[in-house]
Amino acid sequence: MAAAATCGTGAGSTGSIGAAACKNNVTSFQRKGPRASGTDSGCSRLVSIAGTRPSVRNGQLLVSTGLPALDQLLGGGLAVGTVLLIEEDKYNTYSSLLFKYFLAEGIINGHTLLVASAKENPADTLQELPAPLLDDNCKKDFDEDVCNHKTPDSNIKMKIAWRYQLLPKMEQSGPVSSSRFGHYYDASKRMPQELIEASKWHGFFFPEKLSSTLTIEPCSLTGGYRKLLQFIQNVIYEEGFDGSNPQKKQKNILRIGIQNLGSPLWGDDICCTENCDNSHSLTKFLYVLRGLLRTSLSACIITMPTHLIQNKAVIARVTNLSDTVVGLESFIGSERETNPLYKDYHGLIHIRQIPRLNNLIYDVSDVKDLAFKLKRKLFTIEWVQDNYLRQERNIYPPGFSYLLKQKDSAWGEGSLQHSTFLMSFLAKATAFASRLVRHSEPLKQTGSGRILQAAGPRLWHDGRRQATPGLLAIPPSSSHAEL
Amino acid sequence: MFPELNNLLNTTPDRTEQGKLTLLCDAKTDGSFLVHHFLSFYLKANCKVCFVALVQSFSHYNIVGRKLGVSLTAARECGQLVFLEGLKSSVDVFFRAQAEPHPLQFLREADAGSLQPVYEFVREALKPVEDGQAAWRYPVLLVDDLSVLLSLGLGAVAVLDFMHYCRVAVCWEQKGNIVALVHDSGDAEDEENDILLNGLSHQSHLILRAEGLATGFCRDVHGQLRILWRTPSQPAAQRDRSLTYQYKIQDKSVSFFAKGMSPAVL
Repeated sequence: MAAAATCGTGAGSTGSIGAAACKNNVTSFQRKGPRASGTDSGCSRLVSIAGTRPSVRNGQLLVSTGLPALDQLLGGGLAVGTVLLIEEDKYNTYSSLLFKYFLAEGIINGHTLLVASAKENPADTLQELPAPLLDDNCKKDFDEDVCNHKTPDSNIKMKIAWRYQLLPKMEQSGPVSSSRFGHYYDASKRMPQELIEASKWHGFFFPEKLSSTLTIEPCSLTGGYRKLLQFIQNVIYEEGFDGSNPQKKQKNILRIGIQNLGSPLWGDDICCTENCDNSHSLTKFLYVLRGLLRTSLSACIITMPTHLIQNKAVIARVTNLSDTVVGLESFIGSERETNPLYKDYHGLIHIRQIPRLNNLIYDVSDVKDLAFKLKRKLFTIEWVQDNYLRQERNIYPPGFSYLLKQKDSAWGEGSLQHSTFLMSFLAKATAFASRLVRHSEPLKQTGSGRILQAAGPRLWHDGRRQATPGLLAIPPSSSHAEL
Repeated sequence: MFPELNNLLNTTPDRTEQGKLTLLCDAKTDGSFLVHHFLSFYLKANCKVCFVALVQSFSHYNIVGRKLGVSLTAARECGQLVFLEGLKSSVDVFFRAQAEPHPLQFLREADAGSLQPVYEFVREALKPVEDGQAAWRYPVLLVDDLSVLLSLGLGAVAVLDFMHYCRVAVCWEQKGNIVALVHDSGDAEDEENDILLNGLSHQSHLILRAEGLATGFCRDVHGQLRILWRTPSQPAAQRDRSLTYQYKIQDKSVSFFAKGMSPAVL
C-alpha cells in the first residue's frame, strides 16, 4: 500500500509514522463543503456514489441499513467506515432478517458485497434475500397494512399531552422507487435471481477455508478471525476500496456482513466458558477490522450472539470497540409473549450506542422504548410504553387530585419532564379505562369484602387491582350471614 | 477548549500547572468531549503535544478541533503536534512485517506484549530540541484511550508500567503534563480495567469523571462531571477538593451548570 511505503522509508524519524501526508489517503470521513476541500482531496468524488447520502449534521457519508425505520433511529443511516453491531435475539430469527435487509439494500444500490459466515454458505444466504418493493403493484397491499394498523389511540386527543406530540412519528411512508435512499422489502418473497447474478459479491465460508494458508504469523487471534481479516484486506486492496491500488479507481461502497461472530463455529470459545484462553481474540479482531473500515469506503454489519457470552466484561469491551450497537430481544418463548402490552409486537429493539463522528454531539432519538413487529411483509419499529409506565399508573389511580412537586434531578421524581409525562399519562390512563370497562359486568368484590369499591371510574377488572385506598364503606350484613 | 470548563478548573492556556497527570474517566456515557477539550487547550497554550489516538481517525479529531478553534493539520505540519494514529498504523503493522520496530508491535505478538515501543515513540517525540530555541512551552502527552489497550491483549500491569515510565519522562524530567482517558466499566466486572483505573486514580493530580445520569436519558442534561483535585504526594490528612456539575454538550461548546440548574428546568 502506498501508505506503508512512505511510512517505511521515513521510519527513522518518529514524526513520519503519524505525519506522513499521504495524498491519496482515502478516509471515509470527508467533510462536505468548501472549507474541507483544502485538506481532504478526495472530497468531491464521494458525492456521486449510488446509495449514499451526506448526513445533515456533519456531512458524513451515510448508507442505508435496509430498514428506513432503523435508519431514522440511527440519525439518517449507517456511516461509511463504521461497524453496526447487532446483538442477536435468542433464536437468531430477527437478527438474520436485519442482516439480509442490509445485504439486499447493497444489491439494489449496486454496492459490492462481502458475506462471511461460519454456519451458512454465503451463496445460500444470498438466495434467501427479501424482494424489494419497488413499484406500485404492491402499493395496494401496503395501504391495507397501514389501515389495519391504525389503533383507537390515535382517535383520542391528548389534552395535556404536548410532550407526546413532540415525539417523532416512525416512518410510515409507502414503497418507493429504486433511486431513493432506503428501500422497503417484502420478507415473504425472494429477491429476483437476475438481480443477484448482476451483483458483485465475495463470500467467505469458514469451513471451506480451513486448509488455506496464512500470511499473518500466529498472534493471539484464532485461526478463523485471522483468515477472515486477511480475506477482507485482500478484497479491499484488490478492488481498490482504500484508494491505494494504483490500477483500480473505485467509486463504490463495500458492504461487509459477518454472521454470528464470536460463536464457537469460528473457533472461538468466548461463548462457551467464562475464562477462555483467548479472550482477546474477538476484541483484537474488532480493532483491526475498525482500522480497515476507517481507511476504506466500506460499511460493516456484524451479528453477534451476545446472550451467549458469559463474561460481561467482554460485552462491554466489544460495545466500546463497535460504533453503532443495536440489541434485539424477541418475545418468542419469554413471558412477555402473553403480556397484553406487547400483543401486537414481536420483540423489543434497543439502541445501545450511536457514535459521535466528527462531532461533539450526535442524533439520538428521544424515544427509548421501541418495539418491532414483522407484520405480513414489513418490518416496522414503533414506540411502546414500557413496564415502568404501567406501574406508574398503579401508583396514581384516577379519581384523585395530585400535587406534583418539582425537584432537582433531571429525570427523577418531580422533575419537569416527569411531571408533564405523568399528567399526559394520566390523561391517557382514563382514556384507556374507558375502553376496558364493560358496564354490564357486575361489580366484583375485591379483597376481604370489608371494603367496597365506590362508584366511580371502574378500572382493572382483571382482579389484580386491590380496593381503592381510603374508600371505606360499611360492609353489608349479608356477608356475615353465618352468625 | 471550552471556556466554561476552563473557569471550573481555574486555568487558562497562559497559566497552567506543570508536571501534572490528569485522568479522564467516563462511566455509562461518552467522555471524548474532554479529550477534544484538552487537545485544543494545550495546542492553544503553545505546548508540544504528542497524541496517541487509538480509537478514532485523524480527520475525526481534526474536524472537531476546527470547531473548537485549532487546526490539527497546521499543528502537525509545523511540528507542534505528533500524532500516532492507532487505527491506520494497526492495519500496516498487522498485515505486513515491518522492518523497523513499530510502536504497535504488540499486535503481532502471540502472547502479552509490552508497551515499550510506544514509550520509546513518546520519548522520542517529546524530547527537547537541542538547538536551544525553545519554540514550545512544555511537552504534553495525550492518550485516547487506555482501556482499548486492555482489549488488545495487554495486561493492566503493562499499561500501568507504561504510564509510570511516561510520567517519569514527561512529568518529572521535562515538567510536562499527561492526560489519559480510561473507561469505567461500572457493573460489567472488568477486573483488569478496574485495576488500571484504581492504579491511575491514585497517581493523578486531577480526575475528571463524566457520568451518565443515574435516572437515565435526558435531552437537556447529558451527564454529570465530577472534578477531583488530588495531591498524590501529600499525606492523606489533607482533604481533596471535589466539585460536581451537570453539563449539556452543544455543537461547538459544552455548557456547565450546577446540579438541578439546567436551563430547561428553571
